[in-house]
Amino acid sequence: MDFGSFYIPIKIGGFTIRLTETIMDTWVVMAVLIILAVIVRIKLNKFTDVPESGFQNFIETIVESMDSFVESNMGKKYKYFGNWFFGVFAFILLSNLSGLFGFRPPTADLATTAALALTTFVLIHFMGIFTAGKGYFKGYLEPVPFLLPLNIISELATPVSLSFRLFGNILGGSIIMGLIYSLPMIVKLIPIPAVLHIYFDVFAGCLQTFIFVMLSMAFIGDKIPEEY
Amino acid sequence: MNNYLIEPHAFVLGCSAIGAGTAMIAGIGPGVGQGFAAGKGAEAVGRQPEARGTIMSTMLLGAAVAETTGIYGLVIAIILLFANPLVGQVPN
Repeated sequence: MDFGSFYIPIKIGGFTIRLTETIMDTWVVMAVLIILAVIVRIKLNKFTDVPESGFQNFIETIVESMDSFVESNMGKKYKYFGNWFFGVFAFILLSNLSGLFGFRPPTADLATTAALALTTFVLIHFMGIFTAGKGYFKGYLEPVPFLLPLNIISELATPVSLSFRLFGNILGGSIIMGLIYSLPMIVKLIPIPAVLHIYFDVFAGCLQTFIFVMLSMAFIGDKIPEEY
Repeated sequence: MNNYLIEPHAFVLGCSAIGAGTAMIAGIGPGVGQGFAAGKGAEAVGRQPEARGTIMSTMLLGAAVAETTGIYGLVIAIILLFANPLVGQVPN
């Protein structure tokens, strides 16, 4: 479901592959992220134990704040989830902000957000089985076995609400921006689009990224037993 | 030429547009809920100004969760407008 976007049909053998705008914009986002990562990796060789350059300070601040964010939500033992969530965070943030540069945000497509939410869904249940073993499935029979269907439905609602929240916010923003840009020229001369870009792309984009990552952490942290 | 009062295709499209508008009534709920969350957040900051950061992130999380139902309404309205599943079922 990617409304109002175009696609290029490519025929390979008997199949027709639809190369949508979302896929191409995702490639751009991926390329930017990979280039940034390679630059940081090259500069990493010059890093010292005690930070000397501003760049090293900057990188260390980002990584440490993400780690402490994960630690405060999931506990010290599961700090390694910071590696995964930092990648998700960077991808969603850059996708949402790509609307500023005239791209159609890849997160304005249900396919992208559903894929991201499904990874969270798999992680929730993998961590549940990994930490609790067979006892994990007993949790579905609580408080009474009679409530099993309701428990299963509430588990299935998690990825749906996660994906639709991000998708609806970003798609709604991009549709309103498209409507504004299709207005007569006089509206675009006064800086209405700039203000709306700040709200829909920067504010809502950053907030939804934060919400997605934080809710994923809360859901995964729910399934792992707390340690004292 | 068949003797319909309104062409079936146009009727379905018009009703879909009305349905899309009606679906956005769902926007009332998140408005009330987020306003309530923001009011309580302001109250909490007034009572305990040093915990501003924690209150802020908790409030934003709650507001975003309260927004979900409104987003469902928005998604339904968008589906009715841009990817209408009903038009294909109109007999020709």
